[in-house]
Amino acid sequence: MTHYAEKNTAITGIGQSQIERKPTVLPFELAVRACEQAIADAGLRPEDIDGAACWPPVPAGAVTGVGAAGIADITNSLGLKLNWWSGADPAAQLSPIMEAVAAIAAGYATHVLCWRALGERSAPSYTKSGGGGWVPSGGMEWMVPYQAPSAAIWIACHASTHMTRYGITREHLGAIAINQRRNAGLNPKAIYRDPITMDDYLSARLVTTPFTLLDCDIPCNGTTAVIVSRLDAARDLKQAPIVLEAMGARSHNKMGSWLGRTDYPHQAMHDAAAAMWTRTDLTTKHVDSAHIYDGFSWLVLSWLEALGFCAEGESGAYVEGGSRIALEGELPMNTNGGQLSEGRMHGLGHLHEAMLQLRGLAGERQLKKELNVSLVANGGGDVAGALLLRRDG
Amino acid sequence: MPDQPRRAFPAISQVNHHFWCGGKDGSLHILRCGDCGHWIHPYAARCPACRSANVAPHPVSGRATVAGFTVNHQQWQPDFAVPYVVAIVELEEQSDVRLMTNMPRTPIEDVEVGMPVKVYFEQHGEIFCPLFEAA
Repeated sequence: MTHYAEKNTAITGIGQSQIERKPTVLPFELAVRACEQAIADAGLRPEDIDGAACWPPVPAGAVTGVGAAGIADITNSLGLKLNWWSGADPAAQLSPIMEAVAAIAAGYATHVLCWRALGERSAPSYTKSGGGGWVPSGGMEWMVPYQAPSAAIWIACHASTHMTRYGITREHLGAIAINQRRNAGLNPKAIYRDPITMDDYLSARLVTTPFTLLDCDIPCNGTTAVIVSRLDAARDLKQAPIVLEAMGARSHNKMGSWLGRTDYPHQAMHDAAAAMWTRTDLTTKHVDSAHIYDGFSWLVLSWLEALGFCAEGESGAYVEGGSRIALEGELPMNTNGGQLSEGRMHGLGHLHEAMLQLRGLAGERQLKKELNVSLVANGGGDVAGALLLRRDG
Repeated sequence: MPDQPRRAFPAISQVNHHFWCGGKDGSLHILRCGDCGHWIHPYAARCPACRSANVAPHPVSGRATVAGFTVNHQQWQPDFAVPYVVAIVELEEQSDVRLMTNMPRTPIEDVEVGMPVKVYFEQHGEIFCPLFEAA
C-alpha cells in the first residue's frame, strides 16, 4: 500500500484564546497565549518546537487584522529555535497541518506549532475604511470591480445556481444556522448563544440573497493553535495522541479561480474531499462527528455533497429539520456552534472542537456516543482542505 | 460620464488589457487558442487544452447565460446604490468562460438563472467595463 505520511503524525496539543467580539486584548497577545497553551497542553516546552506553520502568510509586525501573528513574531516571542517553517497555501485554513505533515515526513521537524490568528475586530473593515485605493489583483480582479467586495456575494452566486437547480430552500440553510445556535448555547466561549427559531432566521436582515446575517459567520478576535507531532514522538507525550488518518487537498480544475471550474458551481472542496478519501479505507459511515467550514451556511451543503454524505443535490433534504446534524443525530455537526455562532476562528476552530470531542473534553456539548473518527473540512471557493482524525490504537 | 458607479479596477497590464480595455471597439475580447480554438480566461501563456503557444485575444459574440446571481442589499460602501445584482454569466462560446458582472439595465425582479444576456460596456477612462443586460 502506498505510504501516506499523515498516518505517521498526530495532533498532540491544542490551545485557544478567548473569542472576542468586542476587543479587550491585543490580537497578537491572544495568539501568543493560544500557542503557549498548545505547547503546554502537549506536555512540551518551547525548546521542543522545531517547526512552525501559519496560514495565511502574515508579515512580521502584524498584530491585528486578518492575520494577527506572523511566524517571525511568534518565534521570537516564544524563543523558538526552528529548523523549518512555512506560510504556504495548499489547503486553505488547514494548510499548516498539511505543511507540517510534509515537514515531519521529510525529517525537517518533529513538533510543529500551527496557528490561525484573527484580529479583524481591531482593524478597519472595508466598509468603515472607505474602500478607497483598493486595486484588486489575482482572483479578486475578476470580481471586486463589480461592487462585489465580499465572499458573501461570490458564494451567494454559487449558492443560487445550486439551490435553483436542486430545489434547495432558505429553510434548508436555516436548519444549519438554527442547529449551530443550539449547540452554541452549550459553549461558554461562543459569541451568540441565544437560541433562534425558523421565524427568526427567515426574518433576519438580508445581506445578499439568499444570505441573511444568520447565514454569515461572525468576525472576531482570537487564535487557535495546535501541535502536529511525529507519531512515535507523540506517544511519549502526556496526552493520548489523535492520529491524522487522512488529509487531502488538490487543485485539478482551474487553480485560483472562483468562476472557471468546468464543474461550476462546485468549488475547491470537491477536489479536497476526493483527495482525502483516496488516502484512507474509512468511509462516511465511520465519521462520528463532522466539523465543516461555515463561513456561509451554504458551504456546509456543498461540503456534504462533496464529501459524499449525500448525493449531488440532496444536501437540503439531508439537513432538513436539523435532526440528523444535531448533537443526538447520526452526523453531529459543528458542535461548538461553528463560525456562525461561536465566531470566525477560521477553520482551526473546527479542528480544535474535533479534538475536544475526540478527547471527551467538550463539556456540556460532549457527544454522548463513543467517538473514534472526526472529520474536519475547511475552505471553499478556490482553496480547501479536509482531514480525518482518529483516536490512536 | 454621469452616474457612473465607483468601481475598484485592477492595474491594467499586458495580460489583462484585452479584457478591461478591449471593449473600446464594441466587442468583448477573450484569449483564444489559434490552434485548437479553446477559449482561455483569465490569462495563460499556453493553451491548457493543447499546450499551444498560439494564444491571442479574440472577439466573442457577447452572448451569455446567467449561471447564478445574488441581489446584494448590504451597503458595503456609502456610494453603492443598493440593492443591486451581481451575476455570474457563462459565455455562449464556452461555458467555463464565466464572468462576474452587474446587470443595472435589467429590472432586478426579471433576473433569473438561465436567462440569456448580452454584453455592453461602461467606460471609465481607458477601461471599458463589461456589463450584461437581458438579451
